[in-house]
Amino acid sequence: MNKGIYKIIENKCIAPMVYKMVLSGDVSHITAPGQFINIALEGFYLRRPISVHDVDREAGTVTVIYKVVGRGTEAMMNMTEGELDVLTGLGNGFDTSLSGDHAVVIGGGVGVPPMFLLAKELIAEGKKVTAILGFNKKEEIFCEDDFKAIGADVIVATADGSYGVKGFVTNALETVEAPTFYYACGPEPMLKALYNASELDGQLSFEERMGCGFGACMGCSCKTKYGNKRICKEGPVLRKGEIIW
Amino acid sequence: MVDISTTLSGIKLDNPVIPASGTFGFGYEFADYYDINILGSISFKGTTAEPRFGNPTPRIAECTEGLINSVGLQNPGVEKVVNEELPHLAKFYKKPLIANISGFSLDEYKLCAEKMDAVDQVGIIEVNISCPNVHGGGISFGTNAAAAASVAKTVRSVTNKPVYIKLTPNVTDITEIARAVEAEGADGISMINTLLGMRINLKTKKPVIANKMGGFSGPAIFPVACRMIYQVYEAVNIPIIGMGGVRSADDVIELMLAGASAVQVGAENLVNPYACKDIIEALPEACEKYGINKLSDIIGGAH
Repeated sequence: MNKGIYKIIENKCIAPMVYKMVLSGDVSHITAPGQFINIALEGFYLRRPISVHDVDREAGTVTVIYKVVGRGTEAMMNMTEGELDVLTGLGNGFDTSLSGDHAVVIGGGVGVPPMFLLAKELIAEGKKVTAILGFNKKEEIFCEDDFKAIGADVIVATADGSYGVKGFVTNALETVEAPTFYYACGPEPMLKALYNASELDGQLSFEERMGCGFGACMGCSCKTKYGNKRICKEGPVLRKGEIIW
Repeated sequence: MVDISTTLSGIKLDNPVIPASGTFGFGYEFADYYDINILGSISFKGTTAEPRFGNPTPRIAECTEGLINSVGLQNPGVEKVVNEELPHLAKFYKKPLIANISGFSLDEYKLCAEKMDAVDQVGIIEVNISCPNVHGGGISFGTNAAAAASVAKTVRSVTNKPVYIKLTPNVTDITEIARAVEAEGADGISMINTLLGMRINLKTKKPVIANKMGGFSGPAIFPVACRMIYQVYEAVNIPIIGMGGVRSADDVIELMLAGASAVQVGAENLVNPYACKDIIEALPEACEKYGINKLSDIIGGAH
């Protein structure tokens, strides 16, 4: 973990109520895709945990994509410049060594962003990546071109059928040929549906209301088959076989 | 050179800054961030006789200048704490610890106190009496003077280590509880525990926290803590460890003026993992600013 001051380089709207923020600072503590950063906001007591979308190690920038869901993210959406107090390198991310040769990365809504860095790293390791991106409707889609640009096969699923495959990410997963492993991040009902729909092994990233984000307060604990875990510390990524619903 | 040391029941602390129970785990995780040996002491995660998962999630709700938590005393149980957590902490922290224990019956307090009494690392036993008494209709031990006194008496009878009773502020007259535990042999008082609070989610129209209510802490409660410490300082003759929303060296000095001999930092650890370090490093300069040469001289100075 690193606590540092990060400069806002960019903060722009990329879909309705979805923003992309680029921060410049020490990114050396971000060691795995699926980790998150925890941003202190003036006027709010707790930090805002947001998953890492991308890291540029040469430029020293970290990118997050967030949805405006409350007063904290409302304050964030209007920031165009300045500096933020941020904790980086938090959580236990995805393990690319588990993937086999054809990984499916599955993101639902604001679960899409962390899958980008993961897909990038898997592709850099020479693996085939199919990205399944789930949204409610066409207007909400973001990042589709980003995944295509790094060489992933992209399947977009929309619940209302207004774009791509009609239905859920589970429907899209059925169409993928010879997948060896999946990685998923999204709302809990989506993760549970995936867990039940496929025999494939995987890693799933969970969300929980956090106090500290670095393992001190026990605010985000969950039970697993291998004991209690903290979503912020041993998670947010859990292996399929340890999950208790 | 400003002297920022202080003393609790004969135990000398290099400085009065102690991370509060429940906000610092078993300490060693913060050793990744800085040398925790600078801390005056550590009050480690509240320990019960049996392992506890705690309450359902969500357990956290944000508030203006604070948060509500309803963790529910998640801990691995006293055996594992004594046999695994504390030996691990010993690698990073060499000074006397404050063992925070909780119970849902007098027998549970007794058992936890006996186990902690046998641990050399433990300097002080701090007794959380905010738990409901399962044999007393679920009413918190800490909200009734006789029940609070019975806990003090029980713990006192099984240990020679100093016993500090951690008082809940959710009472009509905190001085009555303080006097009652002092009369049963408490060596000191820790105060204040969290204030009972609630937040409601306007979208779901239901309480944010799964358990509905939880303990409110953070800078917002600082004035309540300051007032109660001031009152209890006048009511008893035993030392007070003050806490409640402390986030700066100035806050430490203020609670000591109110009557605290040492100060715990709680919620602030959760938003700034370096909070205790920052405060310790800022203390000498803050003392100089207010003309304090020896910090322990100001204890109760506001009276």
